[in-house]
Amino acid sequence: MNTKQILAIIAAIAKRIEAQKDFLTELDNEIGDGDHGINLARGFKAVEEKLPTFADKDIGAILKGVGTALVSTVGGASGPLYGTAFMKAGNVCKGKTDITAAEFVAALEAAINGIKMRGKAVEGEKTMLDALCPAYKAIKAGIDGGKDLIDALADGVDAAQAGVEYTKTIIATKGRASYLKERSIGHQDPGATSSLYMLQTTLEVMRRA
Amino acid sequence: MVGIVIVSHSQKLAEGVIEVSKMMTETAPIIAAGGLEDGSLGTSYDKIFAAIETVYSSDGVIVLMDMGSAIMTTEMVLEALDKPNVKMIDCPLVEGAVLAAVESAGGRSLDELSELIKDSRTANKF
Repeated sequence: MNTKQILAIIAAIAKRIEAQKDFLTELDNEIGDGDHGINLARGFKAVEEKLPTFADKDIGAILKGVGTALVSTVGGASGPLYGTAFMKAGNVCKGKTDITAAEFVAALEAAINGIKMRGKAVEGEKTMLDALCPAYKAIKAGIDGGKDLIDALADGVDAAQAGVEYTKTIIATKGRASYLKERSIGHQDPGATSSLYMLQTTLEVMRRA
Repeated sequence: MVGIVIVSHSQKLAEGVIEVSKMMTETAPIIAAGGLEDGSLGTSYDKIFAAIETVYSSDGVIVLMDMGSAIMTTEMVLEALDKPNVKMIDCPLVEGAVLAAVESAGGRSLDELSELIKDSRTANKF
């Protein structure tokens, strides 16, 4: 995965989040404070505006720049959470203009650990981790088993999709949705959904590239 | 005096907390970092950063927050600032702010203040 592909993925994620802004906000209206789509779209719009300044940067610097932009513009919990995720992934890719599949797995792991640290969260609490953790496990298993990055990513997207479905069945114990207790059951988590979009977009761009 | 920053999703709430604190004392350096730049609800990294710098002195600063992203965003500001005398405190926002204003005006050190405010976590209203 090279710098050009990373930039294309980021640009595509920004478009995807903007397109799904209303749906994400609708999901968040049901169990949260109704700002996930609006906030994330504002953040990725800022990222999109910064993209030209990333053109000559390495992957680490690009991901760090994305994280910084999200932290300072999102305004809701997804800002520090995704912001930390991108910044931690950036640390892993520092100075690199091309990363191997194994390095992609390491960056994803660092991103997830960043979210866990920042949100003091674990899997099973109806959060973005319920999409990201199963995706990570599937991608890692694929790569370790000799699959190429695209096939492994496809497994990851399937696992994230299943993770989003799983969030409908559980009670939220983190974030604003936790105030609803058992009334949060039946609703899919907006954070897990936006995480799924990011993984789907990564796969789509990698398939085109 | 120790500076105090009130971080909230709402500028109105942050200013209201300060209003209540000022019933006790007008002297403590206390400032609101509420909402986003455009006035909508949320927590702003830049506003929190600027607020801390405004009330910062060698005596230090304590930051009190409402919930969720207010806590996580403050955490990230503190990591970027990397100053040991800027601390975030886990406490009820109104009670904590009132206590902080009184004790800061009374000349308490940052460490004394931090400990005293933590007591507001276990104080019963009735």
